[in-house]
Amino acid sequence: MTSITRSLASPKVLLRAVAWAVYIALGVGILWGVVALVRLQGPVFFLQAVLDGLRLGFVYALIALGYTMVYGIVRLINFAHGDIFMVGAFTSFYAITQYKWGFFPAILLAMFVCVLLNVVIERVAYKPLRNAPRIAALITAIGVSFFLEYFTALKWVFSADYITYQRPFKVVVWNIKGILISNITVIIVITTVLLLLILRYIVYNTRMGKAMRATALDKPTARLMGINVDGVISFTFALGAALAGAGGVLYAIAFPQIVTFMGIMPGLKAFVAAVLGGIGNIMGAFVGSLLMGMVDVLVVSFVPMGSRLRDLFAFLVLIIVFLVKPTGIFGEPEVEKV
Amino acid sequence: MLLEVEDLHVAYGAIRALQGITFHIEEGEIVTLIGANGAGKSTTLRTISGLLRPIAGDIRFQGQSIIRTPPERIVKMGISQVPEGRQIFSKLTVMENLEMGAYTRRDKAGIAAAMEMVFASFPRLQERRRQLGGTLSGGEQQMLAMGRGLMSQPKLLLLDEPSMGLAPILVDEIFEIIRRINAQGTSILLVEQNAAMALSVAHRGYVLETGRIVLEGTATELLENPQVRRAYLGG
Ligand SMILES: Nc1ncnc2c1ncn2[C@@H]1O[C@H](COP(=O)(O)OP(=O)(O)OP(=O)(O)O)[C@@H](O)[C@H]1O
Ligand SMILES: [Mg+2]
Repeated sequence: MTSITRSLASPKVLLRAVAWAVYIALGVGILWGVVALVRLQGPVFFLQAVLDGLRLGFVYALIALGYTMVYGIVRLINFAHGDIFMVGAFTSFYAITQYKWGFFPAILLAMFVCVLLNVVIERVAYKPLRNAPRIAALITAIGVSFFLEYFTALKWVFSADYITYQRPFKVVVWNIKGILISNITVIIVITTVLLLLILRYIVYNTRMGKAMRATALDKPTARLMGINVDGVISFTFALGAALAGAGGVLYAIAFPQIVTFMGIMPGLKAFVAAVLGGIGNIMGAFVGSLLMGMVDVLVVSFVPMGSRLRDLFAFLVLIIVFLVKPTGIFGEPEVEKV
Repeated sequence: MLLEVEDLHVAYGAIRALQGITFHIEEGEIVTLIGANGAGKSTTLRTISGLLRPIAGDIRFQGQSIIRTPPERIVKMGISQVPEGRQIFSKLTVMENLEMGAYTRRDKAGIAAAMEMVFASFPRLQERRRQLGGTLSGGEQQMLAMGRGLMSQPKLLLLDEPSMGLAPILVDEIFEIIRRINAQGTSILLVEQNAAMALSVAHRGYVLETGRIVLEGTATELLENPQVRRAYLGG
């Protein structure tokens, strides 16, 4: 009896030990990396990179949350989500540059336009495939993504040119002991934190938010409760789009060159961030995004030819996650329903 | 008549789960549907709740056909279901689970009153109201599922195997609660494999075999029926 239990237990213990070894190695590696980076260029340079990374991470978070919420509720990786972000940036460009709107009305308009667009996309492209194999919806999402990128690149839509974005305010830079902080960073952080608090409130404290979580857990039972599941799905797409739209505006303010293909890379990185945090998990998407933003900037700052390699590193992260913990930092293994 | 099911046919693709069943429930009754695995009991409940569309036949609730009515409208009309396997929302708290049961209601005061009533019937839920549904024991989850089903204050409660996987003492407790819910005026359609228990609380019953009703009668008649005794009561 005891020998049987022991032989059953030992591989498990071994696996646990290996997992801990990997975590400890990762921890030591990261620590060593930080020390090495600080010594390489000095603490100011390093802190500046971290700060810039966090700023970028906040923008990624606004995209990643939409990925993760939509995945949580319909198990679809909405590859068109990065293009919604692009539409947000362009909407605010027209509002600000052509109609001289201020930052707040412009970001609200961008969010509104993105919500409308994403809800229509869900109704037209994804809803008819609700009961089709998952791969069908996934391919459709890629199709929608191409459509948005190339349709908006037409001359009479946004055009395929790089357009210089006029910020709706003057840039102010503060120098704190050598570390540069601009009002752009402050605006990005404040806007994102505000939106995340609102999102948190909606998801945890409102009737609709609770219905969202219930639907994500168990659709048939949600329907038995009288929850209009289609409505909840639309609402989730709307929520994700509002955040992505705001993210597009903030991104354009930070990197004021916009083009209809601008959503691809931030979109993919936000997707990696969502997977890193544990897809379907809201907190995970946020933490994953901050990490991805830092990876991005640290690679650019420290790796030779980093600005060309940054995208490569992002996908390296994806591969490492899939190898080490496919469910991500906060993810739990998905329990298949019988 | 509260609910009339007439010549109901339901299929999952090529699998014909229900092949023309007819039964009814009077106001105030407990009616039980007994049958072996795969007989079509859950299918019947899912169709009444509007999750499945029949290929033929009709379901009338208080005289009105509901086979084309979406699930949320059916809940509003007064039918609520406690599904097989309880299906608690594991990452929602006990209170949030109950709130989901009242999702179709908008009257805050009424919802609060319904929750008070559920807590009065299931004091253990009140103690655990901030706990996540998934952390409750099997018995507590069954109570939560039933409480959730009662939150809409239904006229008809559909119970799918409430005794499944519970210890005998808990089964007794659950059936006592079913009796009490019924005494307070809610009609009940009880699906069970535990035929002895089901027939002990029910007024009438139907025996379902591979999608067809093969026997019906009052609970006493079915308890005494040799066929039922052999197949469902172990002798
Ligand atoms: N989603 C489904 N897809 C295909 N066939 C199904 C599905 N659900 C049920 N069936 C089939 O329909 C028949 C009736 O199933 P149902 O779940 O209604 O039985 P049941 O009486 O509730 O059984 P149990 O006591 O095991 O819960 C079975 O043959 C089953 O295999
Ligand atoms: Mg069943």
